[in-house]
Amino acid sequence: MTDTTETQIREFLEKSIEENEVMLFMKGTPNQPMCGFSARTAAALGALDVRYAALDILPDPRIRQELSELSGWPTIPQLFVNGKLVGGADIVTEMYETGELAELLGTDQPAADEAPEAPAAEAPQSAPLGLENRLR
Amino acid sequence: MHCSEQSAAIFAEAMPSATELKNRIEGALPGARAEIQDLTGGGDHFRAEIVSDRFAGLSRIDQHKLVYDIFGTEIGGPIHALSLKTSTPEG
Repeated sequence: MTDTTETQIREFLEKSIEENEVMLFMKGTPNQPMCGFSARTAAALGALDVRYAALDILPDPRIRQELSELSGWPTIPQLFVNGKLVGGADIVTEMYETGELAELLGTDQPAADEAPEAPAAEAPQSAPLGLENRLR
Repeated sequence: MHCSEQSAAIFAEAMPSATELKNRIEGALPGARAEIQDLTGGGDHFRAEIVSDRFAGLSRIDQHKLVYDIFGTEIGGPIHALSLKTSTPEG
């Protein structure tokens, strides 16, 4: 069992959203996504070559509970930009395809028109890597 | 598409059919037209394309929330995944 409280998880999530300009909550990691929807969302960010922080919600079921309560969004992944929920896999993919995501993130749309398929090759530099340990 | 969070408990609950989802969405959003696909045939991964004038003036996120709210906690439960595409009749 863990002695991390729901309040501590909630505070950590709030801080992650606040401190990381581009914050992705997903199942698994960008290199090893554990769900197709999370893979697709990480791939869109990877294709735009933006730096982002990613947090795996799987290690503790309470992470997802607290996140959904916080955001009012029922599913994973969830992408936050500048502290605001942008959406899940559908919205992020749609915004990638229309170029709105590149615009929002202040980057250039890659030349290839097709939707990204492969997950980002590199782990985000700014990921709050300590979370998994802290929650145990 | 494989997600790792399914459990036996989820499968024990009644899973909705594509027709049921269509009826519930169209019932909750009068005048809406919903096209539902059961992506896996297993009754847990759905794709819904919904056209409704209720979406007018709303951001995508609020349009999707309007639909998710119809199902509440069933999303992530018996309905493991509901992929959405929302639009207004004008486009």
